[in-house]
Amino acid sequence: MNQTVFAPWDDPNATPLIRFQNVTKRFGEFTAIDDLTLDIYAQEFFALLGPSGCGKTTMMRMLAGFETVTEGRIELAGQDIGPVPPNERAVNMMFQSYALFPHLSVWENIAFGLRRDRKTKGEITARVEEMLKLVRLEKFAQRKPHQISGGQRQRVALARSLAKAPKLLLLDEPLGALDKKLRQDTQFELMDIQETTGTTFVIVTHDQEEAMTVASRVAVMDEGRIMQVATPAAIYEYPNSVYVADFIGDVNIIEGRASPSGDEEYKLDWTEGQAPVLAKSQATFSEGQEAHLAIRPEKIRISTEKPDDAVNAMQGKVLDIAYLGNLSTYHVELPGGQVIKAQTANTRRIARRDITWEDPVWISWSATAGVMLDQ
Amino acid sequence: MKRATLILVPYLWLLVLFLAPFLIVLKISLSDAALAIPPYTPTLKDGIGALIAELDFENFIFLTEDDLYWKAYLSSLRIAVISTLLTLLVGYPIAYGMARAPDEWRATLMMLVILPFWTSFLIRVYAWMGILSNEGLLNQLLIWLGLINDPLTILNTNTAVYIGIVYTYLPFMILPIYAALDRLDSSLDEAAQDLGCTRMQAFWLVTIPLSRNGIVAGSFLVFIPALGEFVIPSLLGGSGTLMIGKVLWEEFFNNRDWPVASAVAVILLLILVIPIVLFQRNQQKQQEAEQ
Amino acid sequence: MKRMSWFNVTSLTLGFAFLYLPMLVLIFYSFNASKLVTVWAGFSTRWYGELLQNEAFLDAAWVTLKVAVISSSIATVLGTMAAYVLVRGGRFLGRTLFSGMIYAPLVMPEVITGLSLLLLFIGIGLDRGVLTIVLAHTTFSMCYVSVVVSSRLVSFDRSLEEAALDLGSTPFEAFRLVTLPIIAPAVISGWLLAFTLSLDDLVIASFTAGPAATTLPIKIFSAVRLGVSPEINALSTIMILIVTVGVVTASLVSKRNALRAQNEVQAAERAAA
Repeated sequence: MNQTVFAPWDDPNATPLIRFQNVTKRFGEFTAIDDLTLDIYAQEFFALLGPSGCGKTTMMRMLAGFETVTEGRIELAGQDIGPVPPNERAVNMMFQSYALFPHLSVWENIAFGLRRDRKTKGEITARVEEMLKLVRLEKFAQRKPHQISGGQRQRVALARSLAKAPKLLLLDEPLGALDKKLRQDTQFELMDIQETTGTTFVIVTHDQEEAMTVASRVAVMDEGRIMQVATPAAIYEYPNSVYVADFIGDVNIIEGRASPSGDEEYKLDWTEGQAPVLAKSQATFSEGQEAHLAIRPEKIRISTEKPDDAVNAMQGKVLDIAYLGNLSTYHVELPGGQVIKAQTANTRRIARRDITWEDPVWISWSATAGVMLDQ
Repeated sequence: MKRATLILVPYLWLLVLFLAPFLIVLKISLSDAALAIPPYTPTLKDGIGALIAELDFENFIFLTEDDLYWKAYLSSLRIAVISTLLTLLVGYPIAYGMARAPDEWRATLMMLVILPFWTSFLIRVYAWMGILSNEGLLNQLLIWLGLINDPLTILNTNTAVYIGIVYTYLPFMILPIYAALDRLDSSLDEAAQDLGCTRMQAFWLVTIPLSRNGIVAGSFLVFIPALGEFVIPSLLGGSGTLMIGKVLWEEFFNNRDWPVASAVAVILLLILVIPIVLFQRNQQKQQEAEQ
Repeated sequence: MKRMSWFNVTSLTLGFAFLYLPMLVLIFYSFNASKLVTVWAGFSTRWYGELLQNEAFLDAAWVTLKVAVISSSIATVLGTMAAYVLVRGGRFLGRTLFSGMIYAPLVMPEVITGLSLLLLFIGIGLDRGVLTIVLAHTTFSMCYVSVVVSSRLVSFDRSLEEAALDLGSTPFEAFRLVTLPIIAPAVISGWLLAFTLSLDDLVIASFTAGPAATTLPIKIFSAVRLGVSPEINALSTIMILIVTVGVVTASLVSKRNALRAQNEVQAAERAAA
């Protein structure tokens, strides 16, 4: 890896660009954001991830200035932006609907914000051309929004919000309206543009794959609270709660009672008639404490013979196979009725694989495969 | 522009030119007729005290005593109800035909329904005077066909009023019903037939219930203005046609009894409140259902 | 293409015959040479000539037009403001009363509106004339404008206004540069509706017009009360023709625009594919 990893959040001396300080937002009786504190650093690509209604859009709208804060304060570059109206904030937003002005051409849409700044004609032209080039739409400058495709509209919206060179760009489900293939291409394009312009991006999405792909850090939200903020890899490998583990990717959760069995090692009694599961954990659990072991399906091995070296191994029978092309997910039913998902890469052609429905199989995993969670 | 200005300008306009006049009507309906100008006492000049002291319900009592008014209210209600039903009977098949017409005709048919709406109301009512009169086109046609020997008296009767209301308010009935039918998925009708309904049963069990909102909206849109109608009864109706709008006009312009005219207006409004509230509720329900 | 059943064809034919025959009869008899309107006595344009000589009618037509243009223009401004306040204004003191006052005139019998306004004008000592008719017409037609414009505003993507603010517009600039151009078609139809309502109105004008100013509908009404007259037939024909030309043109223009937009969208989809 590179020597200078971009990780200002680990640097105690770095000053954040945005600070949410104990922010609460209520709509009447309903609390959309509940006493939330969060720092976002300059040049980050920060993702707010959560199901609909979790408060992520409200946070973004508070940053843009379309919602006021009920309690607490939001700082942008050290300044409280509470009293600043949206048209005077150095923040721009790319709307979920794109909100392209239907009566203006692509060129005029991009120039709209620059004109509001009373820039000279020459400056405006130069900047618009630059933006058109950035999003590769030079040929479509004179078209109206309804005369271009969905993907092109998305790029116009991006160019328009970047034209004023904001300190902070907010993206509200920017790829939601695109089909899957286009969405993947555009994700990389967004990352490129973010890197080229050095702008801080805050993206709101409910698509965990998208958040993992583009973001430097992800905040997983639920019911107005932030559940975890970390890099995509940390969120995936070290979720801090069952909620986060379950929200990001596929996971098996094994519930049981922990008992210490060595150095950072625990036994988990999880069901009668099965041997306790062995797991390592840096978090400490007391004797008999309730614990959840979260294991990703791809960390579970599946085999026809009993593996000799496995710390945790148990026998079951194949209930279902979901064939995804590159991967297959096996649903294995244990004698107690629990179903465990195990995933393998399909490195061989389908005809040569040896496990099929109703087959008795062994599943196994190591002591470090899973994460032990107390909630 | 400041938000307050934006709100205040139309607000004040309506307060002065809609609400205030209304309160004046209410006040005058509680005054005594006088032969001066303005022909009522007390006026605003007499001071608030006198104003309140002299208010009475005499005019309303008068309305209940003279059975002309009772009859006029009842007859207006009857005419409005009957003509609303007639408009529905005439309008539904047209709306249904439009909804089932080929797509390329729809815009034209729609325009043909809207066109009379932009044409002068007065002229459309007037057009029937020449047709319905004793020497009118309809009688000429019927005599020529040998169906009748002597001309029928249609003009200046309630029949002419029904025809006039159906004719002038027909677009108000067609448009909401058409809108409801147009939104209807045609596969619903096919599904009903697939499940064993005859076409007629499918129509009664599926199409009619699902266009209910359009029927209700159209009926209110005809009923409410028909109740207070003035032009149609005065041009097409006869001396025997009693409608409250006409009575109010005559009280005001011919008898110059402003307090009684105002009392008539107040009662007409009270009668209208029920259908208006019902209509609003129907519209609201429909809007909520769409969201 | 699906074929229409005989029932639908019959109901459409009869329905539209009912809607249009009376007007066609009126137009036909306006070219009748005879004074007796129901007896055909050969083709003539005599009544049109007489109409153009009739100064009372011409004066009334002029007053009507003046009232309609002024009142519909004021009503459009006020109605658009009211619609904006209702849809975007949020909560304010007396909002319910305000929206009630916007919707009430739509269902208010004209006799009541006319009577109450007359009583107000007398009460404040305003002489009846063009001004009072304009005030009266503005008041009820602004409510129609407001309903037309607010239905457009409701379906209007609010994020467009927010985008304008986000890009640095003041709220007024956002309205002028984004909202107004987009709701313009609704504002124009609101104006046309207000204009037509004003041209058409007999009852409210009868209450609020004074001896100094008479509108065309008042003139027509007092003429036709006495019976059918060939001159009125001629006048009606002219009015029907003007409206027909206007409505047909408007519908052709909107049809052409819709077609063009559709073609452009298809072209964009092809270009993107």
